[in-house]
Amino acid sequence: MTKAAELAKMGEVLTNSQLSGRRNLFYNGNFQCWQRSTSETGLGASSGYFTADRWKADIGATSAGRFTMNRTTSTPDGFNYGLVINCTTTDTSIAAGEFLLVQQRFEGQDLQHLKKGSSSAETAILSFYAKIVGSATDIVVEVFDNDNARHICKKFTLTTDWVRYYFTIPGDTTGSLDQDNAQSMTVSFCLHSGSTYTGGTLATDWAANDNSNRFVGVDSIFSSTSNEFHLAGVQWEVGSQATPFEHRSFGEELALCQRYFYQYEGTGVEWIYCEGNTSNHKFWAFQLPVSMRTVPSFSHGFSHGTSNGVTISSIALLSSSDSRIITRVAYASANGSANTMHHTDGWNGEYAFLSAEL
Amino acid sequence: MSIKSAKYIKNFRVEDEEEVILEPFAITVNYQNGSNWDVPINTANTDYQAILEWVAEGNTIAEAD
Repeated sequence: MTKAAELAKMGEVLTNSQLSGRRNLFYNGNFQCWQRSTSETGLGASSGYFTADRWKADIGATSAGRFTMNRTTSTPDGFNYGLVINCTTTDTSIAAGEFLLVQQRFEGQDLQHLKKGSSSAETAILSFYAKIVGSATDIVVEVFDNDNARHICKKFTLTTDWVRYYFTIPGDTTGSLDQDNAQSMTVSFCLHSGSTYTGGTLATDWAANDNSNRFVGVDSIFSSTSNEFHLAGVQWEVGSQATPFEHRSFGEELALCQRYFYQYEGTGVEWIYCEGNTSNHKFWAFQLPVSMRTVPSFSHGFSHGTSNGVTISSIALLSSSDSRIITRVAYASANGSANTMHHTDGWNGEYAFLSAEL
Repeated sequence: MSIKSAKYIKNFRVEDEEEVILEPFAITVNYQNGSNWDVPINTANTDYQAILEWVAEGNTIAEAD
């Protein structure tokens, strides 16, 4: 190849390939955002989003095993935080349907450039930093196509040192992804599994889902309370070559995460509209900073005490969109003239929570 | 999270100081872990999808007060 041709090829690569633009499909892949909590204990009874934004603990059949999810500053160079999962209660009698997955779920409309299901389906590569303390060294990473019930898996043997691991995912020419805001793909780190998911042969190539081929060879983090799984710098990108982790600013990452979960911090003066002077003809509203994935669920930790001469007895979701929340506020007794504004003075440092997770 | 109970939230508008009852917009869900969430009746909301599964298992959403 001539020098000119080499330069032209390099330009083509830089312009068209994975080195250009935003690369990492993961949200909060470097564990910067922890809106819910930085530490939760006694987990394992049910699935949920408990700590780091976008990272779900998915639980199968009921297990005796319990664990904590914490933020850690013990990370590879260049990362502020990682996630650590600690076994606190063992489960040595594993029922067939059990599993513990640390996972992230993705909207189909964000994955169209994988060209899945087409003859030009793209190769992608998943990379992550991990280490293990204890004996549960073997984990399985699974990429699952929810729209077509297909999957591909890889087993990794971790060590006590931070190592960057790689999982090359060939393009799958079978099964296209829906172009909408619903869950189309899931990437899971399996840390524990029962025989329902381990009895076959690990699906190391794309295949129709077979439960017995999902987590073959995984060790159980619940085998000992000495087991700690550490994870940092998770990246999934189009291309066959892993690139350095794509560090995004905190503000950028937080805004991405707020599409799925947002906590509104109350202020010292929150305005309540009185439609009428009865106890429950009152409204409180606020704007969301980014459009959420869909109309979110609402919860809050606002105290219902007396403020500014009014005792609030309840706050309930009245109406909302993906960008604005309207709640109905009930006072303990009739109060306020029709079509006037009241204010409550005690909600600074307290929170409302909105969830539109997958 | 596992659902313990669910109840429609009363929805209404006020006309001439009288309440006109509307179709409910949301459901209050009490979860086994003690948390409470108001979940909009929207099929793209995964919490609502979980309520529908809970109902399909034979459970009932209580009527609003």
